[in-house]
Amino acid sequence: MAAPLLEVRNLRVEFPTRRGILTALDDVSFSIEPGEILGVVGESGAGKSMTGAAIIGLLEPPGRIARGEILLNGRRIDALPYAELRRIRGREIGAIFQDPLTTLNPLYSVGQQLVETMTTHLPITPDEARRRAIGWLEQVGIPAAAQRIDAYPHEFSGGMRQRVVIALALCAEPKLIVADEPTTALDVSIQAQVIALLKTLARDKGTAMMLITHDMGVIAETADRVAVMYAGRIAEIGPVRQVVLHARHPYSQGLMGSIPPLDRRVERLAQIDGSMPRLTAIPPGCAYNPRCPKVFGRCLGDRPDLMDAGPTQAACWLYDNV
Amino acid sequence: MSDARFIEALDIARYFDVSRPLVQRLIAREGRRTLKAVDGVSFTIPKGTTLSLVGESGCGKSTIARMMVGLYRPTRGEVVFDGRDLAEARGQAAQRRRMQMIFQDPYASLNPRWRVRDIVAEPIRAFHIARGDEVMERVGEALTQVGLSPLDGQKFPHEFSGGQRQRISIARALSSSPEFLVCDEPTSALDVSVQAQILNLMKELQQRLGLTYLFISHNLAVVRQVSDRIGVMYLGRIVENAPSEVLFGAPRHPYTRALMEAIPDLEMTGRIRVPVGGEVPSPIDPPSGCPFHPRCPLANDRCRAVRPEMLAAGATLVACHAVEEGREAQR
Ligand SMILES: Nc1ncnc2c1ncn2[C@@H]1O[C@H](COP(=O)(O)OP(=O)(O)OP(=O)(O)O)[C@@H](O)[C@H]1O
Ligand SMILES: Nc1ncnc2c1ncn2[C@@H]1O[C@H](COP(=O)(O)OP(=O)(O)O)[C@@H](O)[C@H]1O
Ligand code: SF4
Ligand code: SF4
Ligand SMILES: [Mg+2]
Ligand SMILES: [Mg+2]
Repeated sequence: MAAPLLEVRNLRVEFPTRRGILTALDDVSFSIEPGEILGVVGESGAGKSMTGAAIIGLLEPPGRIARGEILLNGRRIDALPYAELRRIRGREIGAIFQDPLTTLNPLYSVGQQLVETMTTHLPITPDEARRRAIGWLEQVGIPAAAQRIDAYPHEFSGGMRQRVVIALALCAEPKLIVADEPTTALDVSIQAQVIALLKTLARDKGTAMMLITHDMGVIAETADRVAVMYAGRIAEIGPVRQVVLHARHPYSQGLMGSIPPLDRRVERLAQIDGSMPRLTAIPPGCAYNPRCPKVFGRCLGDRPDLMDAGPTQAACWLYDNV
Repeated sequence: MSDARFIEALDIARYFDVSRPLVQRLIAREGRRTLKAVDGVSFTIPKGTTLSLVGESGCGKSTIARMMVGLYRPTRGEVVFDGRDLAEARGQAAQRRRMQMIFQDPYASLNPRWRVRDIVAEPIRAFHIARGDEVMERVGEALTQVGLSPLDGQKFPHEFSGGQRQRISIARALSSSPEFLVCDEPTSALDVSVQAQILNLMKELQQRLGLTYLFISHNLAVVRQVSDRIGVMYLGRIVENAPSEVLFGAPRHPYTRALMEAIPDLEMTGRIRVPVGGEVPSPIDPPSGCPFHPRCPLANDRCRAVRPEMLAAGATLVACHAVEEGREAQR
C-alpha cells in the first residue's frame, strides 16, 4: 500500500459558545492515498463540510481544531501560520464548493483568475499561464475556450461556472482536491458531465480527492472508498462496493435502504425513524442508539470506536470480538 | 362529474414579461422580451391518482403547480377542477378549500412567529370549517395524521427538524380536508432518510383519504415510487407523458432517455453512461423546431425546423419526430 497523501488522526473540532463548548467533530480518523477518491456521505449536519473545512484550514471562527492532527505528505498542516496555509491551499490542496459563485470573483475575468492562481503557485510566466489557462478551460469542456477566456463569471451558465471552478482548483496541479457537494447545485444532466470530468481528471493527473456529497449515486460511481458520517463521527468506512451494497453499520444500512430505487417501485421505502440528534443533545453511548433497530444494553452506555467489521470498519458494538 | 377527469389542464401557458426598463430598451434598441415559462401543456389527473412532473431546473414545473391551484392565472388555456373552470371555482370558498399546495422549502414556508397549532389551524379558520374547541380538535387530528403529537402544536417551527417541519406543512395542507394536493418538490430539501419518511407518509395518506396529487420533482427515482402517470418536461412543455411503469420500461423521447441515462448507477453494474452534452437553453430564446434538437443525438433537419406535436404511441404520448418516423430504435 502506498503511503497516505492525507492523514487525519483523531480530529476534534469545537465551537466555543455562550452555553458551553459544542463538539462538532469528534475522533475523526481516515487517510487518502495518492490518486484515490474518498467519498464522504451522511445526513445534513453530520460534519461532512466541517471535516473538509478543517483540512483546507477554512474553519469558520470560532471553530477550532481542539485535538488531533492533519498530515499532508507526512507533514502536519493543522497548525500552520496563515501565510503558509494559504500557499498550501491552492498549490497542494484545491477546493471546490457547492456554489461556484463563492469561489469565483465577479470582478475578474475567468482568465485573470486562472492566470493569477497559476503564477502565484507555479514558476511560470503570465504568458505561459494564459496559454495553460486556455488549455484548462478546454479540458473542462468549455467550448471556444480561447474566445471565452476573457469573459466574466456571470457570463457563464451554472454548469459552465462549476467547470471554471474545477479548472481553477486543478490549474496549480494540487495533489489533493476537497470537493464539497460539487454537483448539488447543478441539473441532473449537467451533474453527470461534471462527475465524469472530475473522475477522469483525477485519474489522469493522479490527484487524490475527498468528495463530499449526499448523493449516493455519485459516490457509487466515483469513489474508491466511502466514509459514512453520523453526528460528528465516522460510523463506517470501507471500499465503496462494501459500504453501498453490503453496509455493516446499522446506520449505513438504514441510509442506503432509504434511497428510492430507480429500477423498481416499492410499496413502502425502508425508513429510519426519528432524526439525527443536535450537537447539544448527543445521547450517551452510541449516538445512533435512539434510532437503531439493533440496539442492545452496551450501546446505551459505551461509545463504540471504529472496529473491523469484515471488509469495512464500523463504529458499532455488534462487531466487537468477531 | 367525472372522476376520470377530476383535474385537467387544457393547453395551459404562462408567459412572463422580462423586458428591461423602457429607457434601457430604447438605448439598446431592443423590443419587449417574453419568457415562455410554460407553453402549451395539457394533462388529466383521475381522482385518487398521482401525476408527476419531472424535468430540470427552470423547465416550468413550479409555474404549472402555481397555475393548478390558482396562484397564477394562465396566459392561455384553462385549468378544470372537478368539471368547473378553476378561476370560477376559486371564487367560492367551498371549492377553494378542496385544493392545497405543499412547497419545497419547509423552512421558508412556515411563519416562524406562529405556534404550530396556529399554522395548522389557519386554513380551518380561513374557511370557517370549525369554531371554538373544535378547531383545536381538528388541529390535533391533522398533527396525528402526519405522525406528530397534538402536544407539538404548542411549539414553534424552529424547534423542529426539517422532516418534522415538512410534516407540519402537510398537516396544514390537510387540515381543511382537501381532495387535491399540489406538492412542489416536497422532499428535495430533505435528507434521503427523511425523504423516505415523507414519501411513505404521503402514500399512506393518499390511500387513507383518497387524495389526488400533482407531484413535482426533478428526481426520477422518487417519482417512480409515487406516480401513476409521469409527464417529462423540457423547456416549458411536456415532451412525454406515460403511465409510470411504461415510462420506465420503455422510455420513448430522447430527452427522457438522456435523463435516465444521467442518473448514476447505485448498483455499480459497471454500465458505461454517456451523459447528454450541452446545457438547458434559455426559455427566453428557445431553439427553433424541437427545443431539444441542439442536444439530441437523433436531430435532423425536420427537427430543427418543425416543432413536434404530441402523438399517441400505445399508452404513451410523445412529442418527437424520430418516434413518429420510427427512427428512435437506431440508438
Ligand atoms: N415571476 C417570474 N418572472 C419571470 N420569470 C419567471 C417567473 N417565474 C418563473 N420564471 C421563469 O420561468 C421558467 C420556469 O420557472 P419554474 O419556476 O416554473 O421552473 P421549475 O421547473 O419549477 O424549476 P426548479 O426545478 O428550479 O424549481 C424559468 O426560466 C424561470 O426563470
Ligand atoms: N459556525 C458554527 N457554529 C456552531 N456550530 C456549527 C457551525 N457551523 C456548523 N456547525 C454545526 O456543525 C455540525 C456539522 O456541520 P457540517 O459539517 O456543515 O455538516 P454537513 O456538511 O455534514 O451537513 C452541524 O451540527 C452544524 O450545525
Ligand atoms: S452500537 Fe448499538 S446502537 Fe450503535 S449502531 Fe451498533 S447496535 Fe446500533
Ligand atoms: S424531435 Fe428530433 S430533436 Fe426533438 S427529440 Fe425528437 S429526434 Fe430529437
Ligand atoms: Mg455540508
Ligand atoms: Mg420549482
